[in-house]
Amino acid sequence: MAGEVMIRLENVRKVFPGTTRAAVTDLSLDVLRGECVTLIGPSGCGKTTTLKMINRIIEPTSGRIEIDGRDAMATPAHELRRSIGYVIQQIGLFPHRTIAQNIGTVPALLGWDQKKIDERVAELVEVVGLDAEMMTRYPLELSGGQQQRAGVARALAADPPVLLMDEPFGAVDPIVRKRLQSEFHELQARLGRTVVFVTHDLDEAILLGDRMVVLNIGGIIEQYDTPEKVLAEPANDFVERFLGGERGLKRLALLPISKAHLEPGPFVDISVTPDEARRVMTQHGVDWLGLLDSGRLLGWVDGTVVDRTPLRDLKPRPFLVTLRSDSYLRTALDAVVTSHARVAVVVEDGIYRGMLDLDAIAEGITE
Amino acid sequence: MSVVGQASPLIDWDWIARNVGEITDRTWQHLSLTAVSVGIGLVISVGMAIVALRWRWAYTPITWVTGLLYTIPSLALFALLVPVVGLNATNAVIALTSYTLLIIIRNLVAGIDGVPDAVLEAADGMGYTRRARFWKMEVPLALPVIIAGLRIATVTTVGLVTVTAVLGLGGYGYFILRGLNTFFWTQILVGVILSVVLATVLDIAFLFLQRLLSPWARRAG
Repeated sequence: MAGEVMIRLENVRKVFPGTTRAAVTDLSLDVLRGECVTLIGPSGCGKTTTLKMINRIIEPTSGRIEIDGRDAMATPAHELRRSIGYVIQQIGLFPHRTIAQNIGTVPALLGWDQKKIDERVAELVEVVGLDAEMMTRYPLELSGGQQQRAGVARALAADPPVLLMDEPFGAVDPIVRKRLQSEFHELQARLGRTVVFVTHDLDEAILLGDRMVVLNIGGIIEQYDTPEKVLAEPANDFVERFLGGERGLKRLALLPISKAHLEPGPFVDISVTPDEARRVMTQHGVDWLGLLDSGRLLGWVDGTVVDRTPLRDLKPRPFLVTLRSDSYLRTALDAVVTSHARVAVVVEDGIYRGMLDLDAIAEGITE
Repeated sequence: MSVVGQASPLIDWDWIARNVGEITDRTWQHLSLTAVSVGIGLVISVGMAIVALRWRWAYTPITWVTGLLYTIPSLALFALLVPVVGLNATNAVIALTSYTLLIIIRNLVAGIDGVPDAVLEAADGMGYTRRARFWKMEVPLALPVIIAGLRIATVTTVGLVTVTAVLGLGGYGYFILRGLNTFFWTQILVGVILSVVLATVLDIAFLFLQRLLSPWARRAG
């Protein structure tokens, strides 16, 4: 993906008939091959208009749009669209066609033979996490979340290099939305499509975007950068206001635990003497002790029970929350504020890796 | 119920047995007048609906004219057509057809209009051409509403065909008219009951056709 431009918008402008103000005034934007760019901004900022000009659902008034180096205006719209995956909020599955037929729409339009279509559909049903038995059902028989999965599968069917998504998870309930988002995140990491993704959900824009575009009314780009950079250094007042409160928390959600320094903490092996254990507690200035057995995390005990009893005879209590090293600092912060000991414990396959306290998390964000 | 001056029973089964051939002929007449009128009505309506869908401004005058036709009493329309085409089947078919137009056109246009915007946008986005989108998306999705229109038009026409008895046609209406003239109840009842039965059978047939052609709409229920 090293800097190769996949989608290029050059001085694109859209004025809808019967209006005087441009929906998109003069927008230039490059999207690199294999990256997911999220478009976000207040309503009326032209994010959906911008997206829909890429596959010419909305024809630009002026300007140039290139996809993979080719002028999008030079090909008939219907041919252009067959090479661009498209997912919209209302999904728009075809009610009179089965899920399998829906998913196979573009391959059928491209004239694939039926056997190849069937194979591809079966593959995609699995990729998006639908049950195989859904294939013979009609769209109206599926739940909103299932329909949305089918919608994504349909967009991916002909293996398009470019995917356009217009608030694809906006119409499903918050729990399903979270799951679809993280599934799409994983899917995109695996497939590496070039994605343009419109959303009004800031967390979604941050989670899914390799880069994010913050748009102002009239399609003005206020900032175009990685979510981390946008959160850390908002380009101007508009972006800062748009991001709103909890910017720090949102950044933490993006930073992996590896960004912070894990500390050994007051953790000892059960083979050490009680005296040594008390010394470790004093050294860390805490009144609790983490117990390990050859690296395996056993749990923790209150400092008062550490007397003359050998450590292996103590009854450790489990940590309520443990994290894996691929978790994010926001999760770690949550673990800190919910744990008795005010620390987040990182465990990998049962083996203790270290711990984070508030200071360590705060350091992660300031670095 | 008082039966005027008749000592004979309400249903004279012997008469029915003697007139099976006539009843069969009238059944055929009733069916063919209905089928031809609805068929021609459908063809004309499709043409007008295409015009209305392409040039939206045309829809209002089209419904206005067909609505006006719909309000003319059938007996009056037959009479009005006599000087033009005479007292014959053509007259009947023109009149019957004109009554189907409003219903069929309205349902054609409503059916196509009722296709969700999201479906159209998705079809565009997938790369359907306008023509393919119309035939593969809009028409199949409008079918339940279109067939519902044909169903109403057909049932209405079955009723109206009886009135064409005044033109010497009438299908089952022939029996009703003759029976009324002679106070012969068997004939009246045969005409009325068979008309109702025919309307019901066709109604159910269309319902069946509708379900057959749109299994997706039924399963969602």
